[in-house]
Amino acid sequence: MSELSTNPTGAAGTADPTHLTDQVAIQITNMNKWYGAFHVLRDINLTVREGERIVIAGPSGSGKSTLIRCINRLEEHQSGQIVVDGIELTSDLKNIDKIRREVGMVFQHFNLFPHLTILENCTLAPIWVRKVPRREAEETAMHFLEKVKIPEQANKYPGQLSGGQQQRVAIARSLCMKPRIMLFDEPTSALDPEMIKEVLDTMIELAHDGMTMLCVTHEMGFARQVADRVIFMDQGQIVEQNEPEEFFNNPQSERTKLFLSQILGH
Amino acid sequence: MSGTHAETVRYVRDTMLPEQAPPLSAAGPIAWVRTNLFAGWFNTIMTLLSLAVIFFTLVELVPWLVQSSWTATSLNECRAQIVEMYGEGTTGACWAVIRERYLQLIYGFYPSELYWRPSLAFVLLIFAVAPILFERVPRALLYLTVIYPFLGAWLMWGGTVWLPIGAFMGFVFAYLTIRFVGTRAGAIVAAIAAVVVAIVWWLFLMGPVVQEFEQSIPLALEPVESRAFGGFMLSILIGVTAIAGSLPLGILLALGRQSDLFIVKSLCVGFIEFIRGVPLITLLFVASVLLNVFLPPGTNFDIILRVMIMVTLFAAAYMAEVVRGGLAALPKGQYEAADALGLDYWKAQRLIIMPQALKISIPGIVSTFIGVFKDTTLVSIIGLLDPLGLSNAIRSDTAWNGVVWELYGFIALMFFIFCFSMSRYSMYLERKLQTGHR
Ligand SMILES: Nc1ncnc2c1ncn2[C@@H]1O[C@H](COP(=O)(O)OP(=O)(O)OP(=O)(O)O)[C@@H](O)[C@H]1O
Ligand SMILES: [Mg+2]
Repeated sequence: MSELSTNPTGAAGTADPTHLTDQVAIQITNMNKWYGAFHVLRDINLTVREGERIVIAGPSGSGKSTLIRCINRLEEHQSGQIVVDGIELTSDLKNIDKIRREVGMVFQHFNLFPHLTILENCTLAPIWVRKVPRREAEETAMHFLEKVKIPEQANKYPGQLSGGQQQRVAIARSLCMKPRIMLFDEPTSALDPEMIKEVLDTMIELAHDGMTMLCVTHEMGFARQVADRVIFMDQGQIVEQNEPEEFFNNPQSERTKLFLSQILGH
Repeated sequence: MSGTHAETVRYVRDTMLPEQAPPLSAAGPIAWVRTNLFAGWFNTIMTLLSLAVIFFTLVELVPWLVQSSWTATSLNECRAQIVEMYGEGTTGACWAVIRERYLQLIYGFYPSELYWRPSLAFVLLIFAVAPILFERVPRALLYLTVIYPFLGAWLMWGGTVWLPIGAFMGFVFAYLTIRFVGTRAGAIVAAIAAVVVAIVWWLFLMGPVVQEFEQSIPLALEPVESRAFGGFMLSILIGVTAIAGSLPLGILLALGRQSDLFIVKSLCVGFIEFIRGVPLITLLFVASVLLNVFLPPGTNFDIILRVMIMVTLFAAAYMAEVVRGGLAALPKGQYEAADALGLDYWKAQRLIIMPQALKISIPGIVSTFIGVFKDTTLVSIIGLLDPLGLSNAIRSDTAWNGVVWELYGFIALMFFIFCFSMSRYSMYLERKLQTGHR
């Protein structure tokens, strides 16, 4: 286990190197986090290279959300190091702001701003954080709304859209900040089955564009199709990671086998 | 057709039914009356009872309202006129007292040749508030909104024009400090520097500078003593100040109460709980009596100004709790989304959190506004002549001794107009801000 986590890119690096660079996007070393006395994340080591697509899986409560929320400092880690895009996450607000500009996040429950139109949702951060002129921000927003295939909804409010459409807006909203890394926390698990596909398609397209992605998801089809690496977490630790084919066909750890039999079994 | 498929299990509809108008009993006025007034025997009895109550009230009230006197100069003359016009034994309203005293009820003892000043201030108030209340009003009026507090105060109290300008300059200097320091140091340093600059200006520099200007360019309105203020003018003055001041102050207190900084949080909680735990009347007594004890002798700290500050603080404490309710109703995901997009605390508050929290709190906010406006009548207890205080003064005039209903009715009507407008505006606002379900 420790061997895998200290040499995280080993297996995946050789498999499909075409879209991968040698640049490190995220480097996590010996990171620990506690909620009060509860040790949620234990000695996490993870290196993500630019352009890499990683799927994080694991049973409920294993700390998947906590891990990716640490990467943009929605949660604070207590020991170890997280370096994103060459900037270390400390309590220095300037660094946190810099990192948040480079890292987009998509939530399970979309978290769109219900008092703003779709277009305003997408232009708000570019205008106020990146200081992009409004005209330009709107053009960018329309570009990404077209990319997620809902430009015609631009002037509606989030409450008037379906769940799948809202999630695609949420993706477009993150993309408008031109992030170099995208984090997804179970983006499809609040959606009805027929809407899951439209969101996954959007994510697949994003992956083909070369975005560095970390996805917490139970969509194993998606993992097989786009992931360079699948990470399996349990009890706050990285238990196993491997390229998707190997991970699904030839899991090593007992926990992984049990987990896979549960989610793929029926 | 329905007979043919009744026996078989398989059924395919071959003609679609067209849409039909509902039967008259399900729509239209008859249906409305039936469902709203006469649905079931209990509902019917209640309807009839209510109609009876309304009917008998009107039978008593309308003649009293209509069979009235508008021209008399004393209560006795009123009664005589009514008996003369409508016959022995009739009682009616004596509106003459309102006709004679309405200017006093509006302006108090403000010098009558200067009535134009508060009137102009009131008209300007409408223009200053309009761009805040209605989106379609030209934005340029916001400049008036910014200078209005100083312009209005100058019109009301008179005196040299340099005093309000000096006070305004304090804010200008504070703003410039923020612009200047903010780009070089952090936001907190800039805020502290701005406060220091403003206070130094107001306390030490403003006095001599204002005097200098006054001597070289004397430009003044005839000063009016605070003692002369009264009537609805006073209610509106105190009410509007408290309303305008309590919302921003309440928002800051609510945010402070949620702060991670222990000292800020404790201060805000302490302030809110203290003010809410003390009756407004006590605060007003503090303003009118106790402050004199604490202030250095010889300081002339205007009584109306003191009352305005107290009422504002009082309203702000309640406002803070109303706003906190709105903040608590927001899902945590909104904060997280704002954080994840890189918005800093103040931008997130201004652009994401407050617009939603305030929208949720509109009913509570407007209730607090209405409450504050009505509470301004309490100032009569410390001797200020608000409409209620004036009504006592009017009734102690021998000519009008014994007039009760007409005066209180008129005052109630005026308050009702103001409060009801606020209430309607809040409903308009809620409807306007409706953005889909959720
Ligand atoms: N704010 C918090 N305070 C205390 N404990 C928390 C907090 N947030 C999460 N936890 C706990 O930390 C553990 C990991 O939570 P996390 O949300 O990261 O799990 P997860 O792997 O994302 O699970 P799921 O698949 O259900 O989303 C859980 O046991 C959870 O109860
Ligand atoms: Mg989770």
